[in-house]
Amino acid sequence: MLETELAGVKLQNPTVLASGILGVTGASLVRVATQNGAGAVTAKSVSLKERKGHPTPVLITYEHGMLNAVGLSNPGIDEFIPEIEYAVKNAGVPVIASIFGSKVTEFGEIAKRISAANPGIIEVNIACPNVDDEFGRPFSYDPGIAGVVTRIVKKNTKIPVFIKLSANVTNIGEIAKSVQESGADGITAINTVGPGMAINIEARKPILSNKSGGMSGPGIKPIAIKAVYDIYKSVKIPIIGTGGISTGRDAIEIIMAGASAAGIGSAVYYRGPGVFSKICSEMQEFMDKEGFSSIKEMRGIAHEK
Amino acid sequence: MKNDEFTVLRISETVSESPDVKSFIFDYDLNAKPGQFVMLWLPGVGEKPISVSGCKEGKFQLTVCGVGPFSNAVLKLQKGDKLGFRGPFGTSYSLPKKNGAIATLGGGYGSCPLAFLAEVAIAAGRTVYFIEGARTKERLLFGKRMSEAGVHVHFATDDGSFGIKGYATDILSNLLKEEKISKVFTCGPEIMMKKAIGICEEKKVPVEVSMERYMKCGIGVCGQCAVDDLGICLCREGPILDGKTAMKIKEFCAYHRDASGKIIK
Ligand SMILES: Cc1cc2nc3c(=O)[nH]c(=O)nc-3n(C[C@H](O)[C@H](O)[C@H](O)COP(=O)(O)O)c2cc1C
Repeated sequence: MLETELAGVKLQNPTVLASGILGVTGASLVRVATQNGAGAVTAKSVSLKERKGHPTPVLITYEHGMLNAVGLSNPGIDEFIPEIEYAVKNAGVPVIASIFGSKVTEFGEIAKRISAANPGIIEVNIACPNVDDEFGRPFSYDPGIAGVVTRIVKKNTKIPVFIKLSANVTNIGEIAKSVQESGADGITAINTVGPGMAINIEARKPILSNKSGGMSGPGIKPIAIKAVYDIYKSVKIPIIGTGGISTGRDAIEIIMAGASAAGIGSAVYYRGPGVFSKICSEMQEFMDKEGFSSIKEMRGIAHEK
Repeated sequence: MKNDEFTVLRISETVSESPDVKSFIFDYDLNAKPGQFVMLWLPGVGEKPISVSGCKEGKFQLTVCGVGPFSNAVLKLQKGDKLGFRGPFGTSYSLPKKNGAIATLGGGYGSCPLAFLAEVAIAAGRTVYFIEGARTKERLLFGKRMSEAGVHVHFATDDGSFGIKGYATDILSNLLKEEKISKVFTCGPEIMMKKAIGICEEKKVPVEVSMERYMKCGIGVCGQCAVDDLGICLCREGPILDGKTAMKIKEFCAYHRDASGKIIK
């Protein structure tokens, strides 16, 4: 009853571990899949070269969510391939590899290399600054550039490609259209929002060493719902709806906005790693009560006149 | 989850424990259990996990050893200076339900959570053997504090400048032969803890260890401290593990990951 599909990849349930939460190692992805009930798991974003990330503090919680400036730390693609291979071999659910680059050409190279580890889906994190662009703006802010990145990734792999979008734009529907036209098999939305800042008033300083950080968790859910709603209106390809999803009701909400699956990140903190199974049983309960028998029936239902 | 946000406090007292180790005492009800840690924040410098080395009603203490830029900056702080922390986080040591003597085995500044545990155990009416190993006499910690608490103290130094010359694990081994010990608690270098697990296994005495990895978030989100192949985050499901669980961790005593996630052997 909870089965869903992402560009031909079948999921037993629509809960998907979001990138950057727990997925630094293959073993942690396997645990979330085999013991915590996730329908698919996304690994931490990986780049061509190793990145140490920002100095600590890199993550703090506040009343309505969290701020993070982990800084896309990762050991680089060559060190990371064994982690993905381990997950693919042992998770028993689709494994989504997440990639990013600082130049357009890097995306193609990483996509080619990660394909050797045979993940079920390649997710492309384009919410990172483009060093080739004199303004250093993220790739995800411009429909043209997002399209160029999509094409180069598609050219370098046969694995389904999902482009992960940022909601820090005024035209997310347009960007979604551009990546669909460029061959994307799906969209993940949204990445963190803001960035935001928190200042400790006794210390009289911003808390994060990077000063600002991406916002996630319950506070950003309405932004994620609206983004998915707008994307669904603009494109036909499947969407992993992510951002503040913590309960079964939240997951249903984002599916009704148009998502085929629900990405879950910060809720691992609020409800523990068991959040995936909890959300599944809460969804089931709702569906029984409301007479739904499949995810498909609910997908995009909020758009009906 | 209020204690997950930073609290910034003024240091109410400092205690010099050894040439490069200092304890910082705060007037604050932390409500920590032995083995738990806080994420200590020195604004403008950084943040690191530090285990709680003592906690009573209205007061707690952290003991910092100068090992890098962060800890050395903290060591310069004085009474009245401000430090931030969030926590307490992680699992804690658990005293055996039945009465009986316990032993703690600490290597170097691994003794920090064990001193706290020893005080809690004494308050609960247990007999405590506190074993500590260090390179030299100057580096031994908490000797006076433990003796005053009514703990049996046993020291080992590499150079024989105090206590026995040799390994703290040898003291544990002998103690388990001579006394009835109901549980052993250890914290320190992994090679020492692994040896302790072996010694305890042979005598069928339960043992708990404290295992650490590079931590960033402290709350089980970022995944940096996940261990192979269990995939558990040590900030949330550790640092305190029973010996059997530790032995299931392939990287225990073998390798760890750095800030980027790269494996370091
Ligand atoms: C600690 C942390 C690290 C993250 N790292 C990444 C990352 O490496 N790549 C990525 O695409 N998104 C990353 N994200 C964003 C999440 O995947 C997700 O899009 C966002 O947090 C919103 O979902 P949530 O509210 O369920 O957390 C990270 C989020 C957090 C909290």
